[in-house]
Amino acid sequence: MKAFTYERPASITEAAKAVVAQPNARFIAGGTNLLDLMKLQIETPTHLVDVNRLPLDKIEATAEGGLRIGAMVRNADLAADERVRRDYGVLSRALLAGASGQLRNKATTAGNLLQRTRCPYFYDTAMPCNKRQPGSGCSAIGGFNRILAVVGASDHCIATHPSDMAVAMRALDATVETVTPDGAERKIPIADLHRLPGDTPQVETTLKPGEIITAVTLPTPVKGRHVYRKVRDRASYAFALVSVAAVIEADGDKVRSARLAFGGLAHKPWRVADAEAALVREGVGAAGEAALRGARGYGANDFKIPLAKRTLAAAVAEAMRA
Amino acid sequence: MDMSQPIGVTPLDTQPNGPVGQPIDRVDGPLKVTGHATYAYESREMTNPGYGFVVTATVAKGRIRDIDTATAERMPGVVHILTHRNVPPQGEKKEQVGPLLADTEIKHWGQPVALVVAESFEEARAAAAAVRVAYDEQKGSYVLADALAEAKKPEKAKTPPDSSLGDFEAGFAAAPVKIDARYTTPVQTHAMMEPHATIATWQGDKVTLITANQMPNRGQDALASVFKLPKDNVRLISRFVGGGFGGKLQPQADAILAALASKNLNGRPVKIALTRQQVFHVTTRRSDTVQRVRLGADRDGKLTALAHESWSDTAPGDSFFETSANVTRSLYAAPNRLTAHRLANLNLPLASSMRAPGEAVGMLAFECAMDELAEALALDPIELRIRNEPAQDPEKHVPFSTRQLVPCLKEGARLFGWDKRNAKPGAVRDGQWMVGTGVSAAARLNPLQPAKARVRLAPDGTLTARMAMTDIGTGTYTILSQIAAEMLGVKVSDVRMILGDTADPMSSGSGGSFGAASSGSALYMACEALRGQLLAKTDLEPKNAVFADGRITSGNRSASLRDLIGSGLEAEGEIKPGENEKKFSQYSYGAHFAEVGVDADTGEIRLRRMLGVFTGGRILNPKTARSQAIGGMVFGVGAALMEAIEVDPRYGTFVNHDLAEYHVPVHADLPEIDAVFLPELDDKANPLKSKGLGELGICGAGAAVANAVYNATGIRIRDYPLTLDKILEGFAAKETGQRRA
Repeated sequence: MKAFTYERPASITEAAKAVVAQPNARFIAGGTNLLDLMKLQIETPTHLVDVNRLPLDKIEATAEGGLRIGAMVRNADLAADERVRRDYGVLSRALLAGASGQLRNKATTAGNLLQRTRCPYFYDTAMPCNKRQPGSGCSAIGGFNRILAVVGASDHCIATHPSDMAVAMRALDATVETVTPDGAERKIPIADLHRLPGDTPQVETTLKPGEIITAVTLPTPVKGRHVYRKVRDRASYAFALVSVAAVIEADGDKVRSARLAFGGLAHKPWRVADAEAALVREGVGAAGEAALRGARGYGANDFKIPLAKRTLAAAVAEAMRA
Repeated sequence: MDMSQPIGVTPLDTQPNGPVGQPIDRVDGPLKVTGHATYAYESREMTNPGYGFVVTATVAKGRIRDIDTATAERMPGVVHILTHRNVPPQGEKKEQVGPLLADTEIKHWGQPVALVVAESFEEARAAAAAVRVAYDEQKGSYVLADALAEAKKPEKAKTPPDSSLGDFEAGFAAAPVKIDARYTTPVQTHAMMEPHATIATWQGDKVTLITANQMPNRGQDALASVFKLPKDNVRLISRFVGGGFGGKLQPQADAILAALASKNLNGRPVKIALTRQQVFHVTTRRSDTVQRVRLGADRDGKLTALAHESWSDTAPGDSFFETSANVTRSLYAAPNRLTAHRLANLNLPLASSMRAPGEAVGMLAFECAMDELAEALALDPIELRIRNEPAQDPEKHVPFSTRQLVPCLKEGARLFGWDKRNAKPGAVRDGQWMVGTGVSAAARLNPLQPAKARVRLAPDGTLTARMAMTDIGTGTYTILSQIAAEMLGVKVSDVRMILGDTADPMSSGSGGSFGAASSGSALYMACEALRGQLLAKTDLEPKNAVFADGRITSGNRSASLRDLIGSGLEAEGEIKPGENEKKFSQYSYGAHFAEVGVDADTGEIRLRRMLGVFTGGRILNPKTARSQAIGGMVFGVGAALMEAIEVDPRYGTFVNHDLAEYHVPVHADLPEIDAVFLPELDDKANPLKSKGLGELGICGAGAAVANAVYNATGIRIRDYPLTLDKILEGFAAKETGQRRA
């Protein structure tokens, strides 16, 4: 860990300004990811701007009938919120499938969205990694890539985004609200928040310097059966090999509408409109093919392609059983 | 005393309700839950320490061309940087403990190349990251499967690498039913809770280390060799150890480097804790293995030929090998037999003991092969084992001291409901889950190690015992307190155990399932001597004297202990292994039963329930014994389903070197798990008539899980761990087969 300075601004705009005022400054919220990365010198901020005490810890109803989740709402609180459990079951289930009780008590909504990949080569500073050190190469390609991406990857990076929460939010079409250092507010559809790696895998989101996430809003409750199916190497406290967030409205055994998002497959939560249409039109086999179109394995993660299709089928079957 | 004869009737046999055998809580429990049990890194006995942070090699083979410490030396708080250029002279490697920073040669990734000492841990860590090391890298070899041809018969082996009896090849060729299967197990790591940590200081030419170590006396010997000192000039103190599992049998880099740096700093204490990532790369590991098992049987299920061959690897210049097939030599009867071990040297960290070295991985292979044979014979796997029960040790040709494998199998079958099992693979469904059950034998060598103990009875009737024994979380403080309390007839709360200091009488330490028997027997002998001293002060008839409730009673007369103690009484005791090791085959035995569910969609394997039935001689404390047995079973679940170090063959690194990606079972993986002990006393083993339990629980446990996976799915995976991608391959193969059919 490198020495750093620290401040705790009183307002959102001050926080945004504080981060751009110094080179290499970072926001810190729950710290469940950033502190680990700092100890290993994967991240070496020289200044931390603590946003934990900003007034962003409320979950409120929106005028449109949705929910506005403050950026500092802890994962445990969000998962337990009565409205979330009732109207957005997929989100509550996804949260509870992630991390551990201790981590969920600390981790925040915004921090969860912005957590870094768990690629083991990203985590080892002795290894080439284009995300950690642009231009140094990707060790995961040709290496041990069991947990890494099969869609949306590039020759520069095959990292996955590790969040469960974000996958459910993607299925729900959440919107990320931000404030920029000049005080301007912005609303970013969650689909546009995370980037694919391309040739700049170090740039993970479309946030501008100093832009701070203030809330995530959920649209009006999405009707249908909410399912989150997470496949992992042990029963708890493991990142998803594949996960599926599904909200499915059915009429008997006929799917009327479907929202499907995948975790563990890509640099961002993976949602393919064609797959949802295919599920309604043709069935789950076609949906799986559409969702994984263009997928490519890198050796140790080849199994994820059939696994994703099978997990989708399991999730859909679970939704239809209800 | 040495164990060359059965022990006969002892005081532990004659007290019906004494503390030994009671399920009492851990005597050190309150200290631990209130944070008063000081582990090595927390010790404040040595003041004003410098904090060390290890710099490790980032190539797996080669030479250091240059180390640039100039930037690091100028960083805040830096006190000293130790490299091969300024390291104090060191002596010879002993056991597996050798000099560090001795030259420029790099033998494995993660090898220490420097130590930064600073005024705080954070300053040391920051400066360590600024040390620049240039290497001349060489091509190394990292893959056991590629090195099988050049693997050699191990030298300097403590047990013979090979054995043979009859004519295996002829017997196997003639057998009407055969199994010939190759199994592989991966590199594993101990993953104990407490990382390796040491604080060390010198006074003149004497060095003291407060360190996380399982066997302080062995560590003392090894470090005396490395530091070129008489043994008595080296003192190790390990009061509390947060798990070891074999990873702390030897002093590791934290101990050696802390002492070397302290020497350069004129004795200022230096403390080092390895980071979790460093624990993976800097300390020892369990080798991966390739194992071939061949079984030949007649149609009645009698084994006519068995062979178990094992290949493992260790670091260059080392000769530790995984004794996978040793247990096979004693497990089942067969006239024609062959076992062999071969060892390759790879540019990976030192291989050493981990959680039942030998049996743990050997039984993963052999006990699955027995399951395969049972299926080939259309015979129940329990019945197959019963039909091959030997009358005596099949290779040593001596009687077993005790052996209750068959009673364990039968009682386990009864408790588990084995008779309800559907032997047909893939036949049982519970919703999405394909359900199956599996069985395995358990066996673990029961050794005895030399140990001594000193006891002192104070005038107030309290007893203090001292020995360089350790409690690595197993309950040693507790069971030793029970033994002393029962022998002298005092309360457990009146016994004070002082453990872990090589300044006290030498002991076995904790490892190899010998700790309780060895240290407990030494304590028993010391207490026996003290009983003699006390009786000599009375005119009671010694033969039938009972020590209980602070009194000695013989016939209808009795005396109060306190009236006899005077200004205090002291005694020493000693135990040594003897002829019984050779005259008898000594193992602890058991049987594992597992039920798993395999998700028909995703291939995820989840344990549903598990039962172990064991015999371990006298059970000193049913609560700590059960805890140990269950802990071993959990290790078995991990070995079967998830534990694996992934070696990157391009670099020679362990890719998943933290507990996020090196998976061990969590609570959710262990729904219903129980361990049961059958009554037993082994009067050949030691004066306590107990046997080792520390590792018995792991032996065979993973095989029972793997056999259950086969029963659930009809998919036999011989490459551990059984992860879902391998199940999916099995599903795919079955679907292809069905389409063809």
